[in-house]
Amino acid sequence: MDVNTIAWILLLLPLLVAAMILLGLKRWSGLSALLSTGSALLTLVLAAMLAAGGSDAEIRSFPWIDLGQDTFQVEIGMTVDSLARGMMLVVTFVGFLVHLFSLGYMRDDRGKSRYFAGLSLFMFSMTGIVLANNFVMMFIFWELVGVSSYILIGHWYQKASAADAAKKAFLTNRIGDFGFMIGILLVWILTGSIYFDEIEAAVGGVTNMTLLNAAALCVFCGAIGKSAQVPLHVWLPDAMEGPTPVSALIHAATMVAAGVFMLARVVFLIEAADMAATVIAWIGAVTALLAALMALQQNDIKRILAYSTVSQLGYMIMAQGLGSGGTDAGMFHLYTHAFFKALLFLGAGAVIYACHHQQDIWKMGGLRRKMPITFATFAIGAAALVAVPFTSGFWSKEAILEAALREGMIGPYVLAMIVAFLTPFYMTRLLMVAFLGGTRSDDTENAEEVGPVMWVPLALLAFMALFSAYGLLAGPLLARGQADVGHLFGSFGLTATLSMLGLIAGVAAAYFLYRGKKEEPLRIRVLARKFYLDEIYIALVRIFQDGVAAFLDVVDRYVLDPAITRFPAMSAMSAGRFLRVFQVGNVQAYAFFFGVAVVVLIYFLVL
Amino acid sequence: MSLIEIIVLLPLLAALTIALGAPARLTALGSSVVVLVLSLFAALNFRFQVEGAFQFESSRSLIDAAGMPEISLAFGLDGISLVLLLLSAIVLVAAVLVSPRENAIVGSSRLYYLSLLLIGGGAIGAFCSTDLFFLYAFHELALIPTFLMIGLFGRGENRVRTAWTVTIYLSIGSLVLLVGLLMAVVALGGSTFAIADLAALARSPETGIAAERQTWIFFLLLVGFGILVSLFPFHGWAAPAYSDAPIPVAMLHAGVLKKFGVYGLIRIALPFAPAGAEALLNLVLVLLLGNIIYLGLVTVAQKRLDRMLGYSSVMHMGYIFLGIAAGNKLGLAGAVLLMFAHGISIALLFALAGSIRERFGTLEFAKLGGLAANAPRLGLLFGFAAFAAAGLPGFANFAAEINVFFGGFADAEGSLGWLQWTTIIALWGVVISAVYMLRAYRSIFYGPAPAKLQSKADLAWPAALPVLILLVALISVGFVPELLNQYIRHALDGFFLVTPG
Repeated sequence: MDVNTIAWILLLLPLLVAAMILLGLKRWSGLSALLSTGSALLTLVLAAMLAAGGSDAEIRSFPWIDLGQDTFQVEIGMTVDSLARGMMLVVTFVGFLVHLFSLGYMRDDRGKSRYFAGLSLFMFSMTGIVLANNFVMMFIFWELVGVSSYILIGHWYQKASAADAAKKAFLTNRIGDFGFMIGILLVWILTGSIYFDEIEAAVGGVTNMTLLNAAALCVFCGAIGKSAQVPLHVWLPDAMEGPTPVSALIHAATMVAAGVFMLARVVFLIEAADMAATVIAWIGAVTALLAALMALQQNDIKRILAYSTVSQLGYMIMAQGLGSGGTDAGMFHLYTHAFFKALLFLGAGAVIYACHHQQDIWKMGGLRRKMPITFATFAIGAAALVAVPFTSGFWSKEAILEAALREGMIGPYVLAMIVAFLTPFYMTRLLMVAFLGGTRSDDTENAEEVGPVMWVPLALLAFMALFSAYGLLAGPLLARGQADVGHLFGSFGLTATLSMLGLIAGVAAAYFLYRGKKEEPLRIRVLARKFYLDEIYIALVRIFQDGVAAFLDVVDRYVLDPAITRFPAMSAMSAGRFLRVFQVGNVQAYAFFFGVAVVVLIYFLVL
Repeated sequence: MSLIEIIVLLPLLAALTIALGAPARLTALGSSVVVLVLSLFAALNFRFQVEGAFQFESSRSLIDAAGMPEISLAFGLDGISLVLLLLSAIVLVAAVLVSPRENAIVGSSRLYYLSLLLIGGGAIGAFCSTDLFFLYAFHELALIPTFLMIGLFGRGENRVRTAWTVTIYLSIGSLVLLVGLLMAVVALGGSTFAIADLAALARSPETGIAAERQTWIFFLLLVGFGILVSLFPFHGWAAPAYSDAPIPVAMLHAGVLKKFGVYGLIRIALPFAPAGAEALLNLVLVLLLGNIIYLGLVTVAQKRLDRMLGYSSVMHMGYIFLGIAAGNKLGLAGAVLLMFAHGISIALLFALAGSIRERFGTLEFAKLGGLAANAPRLGLLFGFAAFAAAGLPGFANFAAEINVFFGGFADAEGSLGWLQWTTIIALWGVVISAVYMLRAYRSIFYGPAPAKLQSKADLAWPAALPVLILLVALISVGFVPELLNQYIRHALDGFFLVTPG
């Protein structure tokens, strides 16, 4: 098969499956699940073929909107390059494992068909983002990813918290997309194109730097929403209301990485807009720090992981803000993170499944003995996350820190270093409280190891968490190919020393603090309440949206409507009492008038 | 009779036969399906190689005396009117299907179905007319049964009052419009009512209207058409009218008939008084933001689905105005496509709202909840409709809005003017629509269901048929906007071929 065919199948197969489930297969939930999982496996094979083939392609197809060459043309087109091939492999690999895991996790769920249709829809949307060759197409799939995420977070829609979380996720992303669309429009008027290759060629000639920086920042807004950066990060922890495999696939490994991917796709834009690049780097670093702080005091196992995701995404965004000097490092971290974070989430899913949907780590404990495979794989994932030397996460994080130092971004570099201390701290806390010591509730007491359909994905991901940074595994996945892997694996210098100190200090501090504890010894309210950001946002929405809306509603009802609608209408009415003839309510009379009119009309026609 | 005359007159003749005793529902359904088939036939036989102007023309001269303006019963289709014809025909079929069976109608079922046909047929006549006189007359023909339907078959205790308010208010709008139209015809020599001829006269520097006069004429047309299309601040009639009207009437009026106002602006006001449009551009920008932001927020405050839909329909008119204000090919193409998309999607939403009320007895958000479990099919379909209205890709609305937004920026040339800033503010409306649509969906379909709502039947055949027809239209155009865009592009190529500047 040529690249062209593979790309089309990759894109359309999941859509086909989603449509089939929706239109007819819904009743047979087992078949739906198998079909969806089968298609995920097939896309993984195709993505691997694409990666192995290594050939680039620029696919243009039919015009989607066409108002003439000189005016505006959007084609459904795809770019296959090393960036897309690598991302495609991540998406399909994690995607397939999550499908597999879900076969077990969602076995008895009432809405199993709907769930798998949602997963397939997600795979379709995500593939569209990865392969898009222009901004409009990327925006289309960007929004569709938002919808599939809405469907999956709200899977258990009868739970009020899940329903609210789904809505919150979609709306928060919409706010980001508001900026994204403005950014696309600004880029369009500056460079005259929506196609990435043409923008890259034209961006050097742009003279209006203010507008170019504004454009880049607006485009970045899209990434702030989708990749859950401060200040729009609030939806991601709530999104954990969805089934845990969804959290692993969408809210850890792939969808939330779309913002990072998009910035890597338009790195030439960031490169050209200095001011915007600095802002991006800072936002990433600040997000990494704030999220790590918030993770310190959470008790829900999934929420801890969610905040750590936000924090790691901050790293990746920061790397994108470094321009071409950091984009490879950022993508590298996206790639390693996808595996170890999916692993951690699926591990958490196994724990939650075994503990009868108990998610509070203080009610777990002692799971190391009950679930040895899950514990071992979870620990490997945690090791990669906290960047234990020679795990995959170590190399990619080092790459980002090195890049920040090299590009002279000292501020973000320092913040990132603090995070390198905080991450080991909260992960050690999580491991010790949930897995070590004695059991602290009946749910945990009766926990058993999960079956192979669930632990096989864990084992595969654990392998990747350890080794994905090496050799053949890493080669095709880096944006600019094999040649650059060398410089990412830089020498052990200042950065490595500092972050290793941070790791040791973090683990040690948490170890001594949480050893043998049955409840939280450290109570920092402002962190537990997440800096009160949710409360602040709710207040803002109440005042600036609902308050203003209610006020305007009153204005409309009692000021505008009487003054502009009713008064003219009623004064005209009192002036025209003769109009009462309409009010006779006599059907025959009306029909008669009508008949006369039609006869007159026909008479004219024949004339 | 030519094809187009059959399309226009068939609904009216069917209405006549119903008045004379033919079975009401069957006749209405049969004739509207035939009209839809004929419209599709016309679309398939559209000749793209012929440049500009109207096709399928037919004309019968009615008044052609010396000293009098020439009036003919003349019809024709260009790409724009063809799209609106398709919209009208699709929604008419759906509205008839949604209507209750004869024995379920309180009052005269003949009058009910006959009125629906008159509303649909009147709208079709207005969109197909190439003569100004009949363009106006057909719209009036459609308005009268609309008023009647609200007053006679409407819901709620205020329906008679609402019917009167709407009647008088829209009549005032029509009157202002009439004055504007007559002024334009007189200013253009007063010799003809043929739209194409009038446009040609307006285009030529010798016979065109003086710039200052154009401003007045455009203002009158803007107010007249604006009232009909619920342009801010003339929107007060719309939300009560839609929540009190019977569902099929709300579908036909919000979906189809209301588009007459924006259609008129594109078909008449822009070509007749282009300088006036330019002079009043900033006024239009302010008013359309009134629709999008002010009414968008008012929509958020609504506590009942029918009122929320009424306001949201008014809000989205702002985007059509934005496309018109942009005035370029891109913006106008978006405006026309949005007329279609909005028409279908609002009809779809009203149809579904009707099913919800029928099954659960209320449309108040506070009393509903968790319906996705009781009525999964209804939940799925409403989800599609809500996301379509919120401008999600995959539905026609998104394709149209994208054109409008790019249209707003098309003439920017590297810096931001008023139009671009307006577009940026208008983009916030996309967030607002998502807010109220998702809130509605959350409170109706998600969450735990109130106890007394438990065991109610889901939407099933054949009640789902009209909804599916609308949905298929929305999705197929959403996936392949070129289905309709090719016609619009063809019309606009002609439009810009002959309009200077």
